[in-house]
Amino acid sequence: MRNFEYHVASDVNAAAALLKAKEDGKLMAGGMTLLPTLKQRLASPSDLIDIGSIAALKGIKKEGDTIVIGAMTRHFDVAQSDVVKSAIPALASLAGQIGDPAVRYRGTIGGSIANADPAADYPGGCMGLGATIVTNKRQIKADDFFTGLFETALESDEIVTELRFPIPQKAAYQKFRHPASGYAVVGVMVAKFSDGVRVGVTGSGPYAFRAKDFEAALSKDFSAKAIENVNLKADGLLSDIHFSAEYRAHVTGVMARRAVAAA
Amino acid sequence: MEVKLTVNGKPVTATVEPRTLLVELIREQLRLTGTHVGCDTTQCGCCVIHLNGEAVKSCTILAAQCNGKDVLTIEGLAQPDGTLHPMQAAFREHHGLQCGFCTPGMVMMGVDIARRLPGADEKTVRQELEGNICRCTGYQGIVQAILSVVNPAAVKDHHHA
Ligand code: FES
Ligand code: FES
Repeated sequence: MRNFEYHVASDVNAAAALLKAKEDGKLMAGGMTLLPTLKQRLASPSDLIDIGSIAALKGIKKEGDTIVIGAMTRHFDVAQSDVVKSAIPALASLAGQIGDPAVRYRGTIGGSIANADPAADYPGGCMGLGATIVTNKRQIKADDFFTGLFETALESDEIVTELRFPIPQKAAYQKFRHPASGYAVVGVMVAKFSDGVRVGVTGSGPYAFRAKDFEAALSKDFSAKAIENVNLKADGLLSDIHFSAEYRAHVTGVMARRAVAAA
Repeated sequence: MEVKLTVNGKPVTATVEPRTLLVELIREQLRLTGTHVGCDTTQCGCCVIHLNGEAVKSCTILAAQCNGKDVLTIEGLAQPDGTLHPMQAAFREHHGLQCGFCTPGMVMMGVDIARRLPGADEKTVRQELEGNICRCTGYQGIVQAILSVVNPAAVKDHHHA
């Protein structure tokens, strides 16, 4: 790992100011992706700005029909939370399937979505549940947040502060886990709301997306059968030595049907 | 930069670089070499220690992030007179190790599992060991050792019973 300057930000404004001032500064949340990346010298920022201990960015609460989760809330805390378990059990289940227990003690929801790994679980969850991402500058709909492979709509000095999840009537997350890495080869969050169904997909494409054909069919008839003959196109999906685009397209359908059955 | 933390109950002040990993501080400066490093991808779990009572991977935390925190390593688990912690004793009893390389991490994670999930069944214990890799044992002895602490009734290796 190349050296850097280390800063502990006391609050979001201080972090934003540092981010602006430093030529090649990087925010660190739990560090579960960033530190391995630095160790392999795939990145070598001049400054690390640690926002992981900002208390105001931690915590989970229910506000009316919305679950609000601070950006620095750890996967462990989301998975354990009685508030999340009773309002959106699918989200607690998703959090409990990330990495391994030691990683869940450190990794955060804000860090995960800001990193926007194509195989991370939360991006698919945010798309499926129609989350709103709140930053120090504005609110961004999940639909507009994920813009490419490891790319988001975040500006260079913008910091995710909280995530707002509308509570669905029912939802479920199904994940086809990479046996070695624990990442999602494919992960599908299906959520039924009073005004329709959302289907968020992670792993399959370069970034999380909604499977609109599944949504249309499920909004008419919320059953696994309704999407039995709806096929996701393999065009534009990821393909690697382990899993071809066609395979991912197929497994996305399988996970979607399992999620509908489990919801 | 200077960090102050508690390691196995003793206050420690150390001078580290910003990039110094907690495991480097533990092994190379404090010479507590029971905590191992088995990978550079945060996957093997040989480096698991407790940070403020929670099992985390010391290869993926900066020493600087541990300022003011409480670290427990495998060396701090047994009693001062050498009496093994019940999880250590269980690993010995159930043949939970062969070469021993993964063992410190397995034991530290086992203690965390026992604290969080008393009564856990075998499937749960296996799931919870997702981030700890053993290249020798085939896991059977490790799982039985942890089960013998969290849920003795579920232990299967009857020749020890
Ligand atoms: S050395 Fe820490 S996970 Fe492998
Ligand atoms: S006992 Fe050798 S790696 Fe586990």
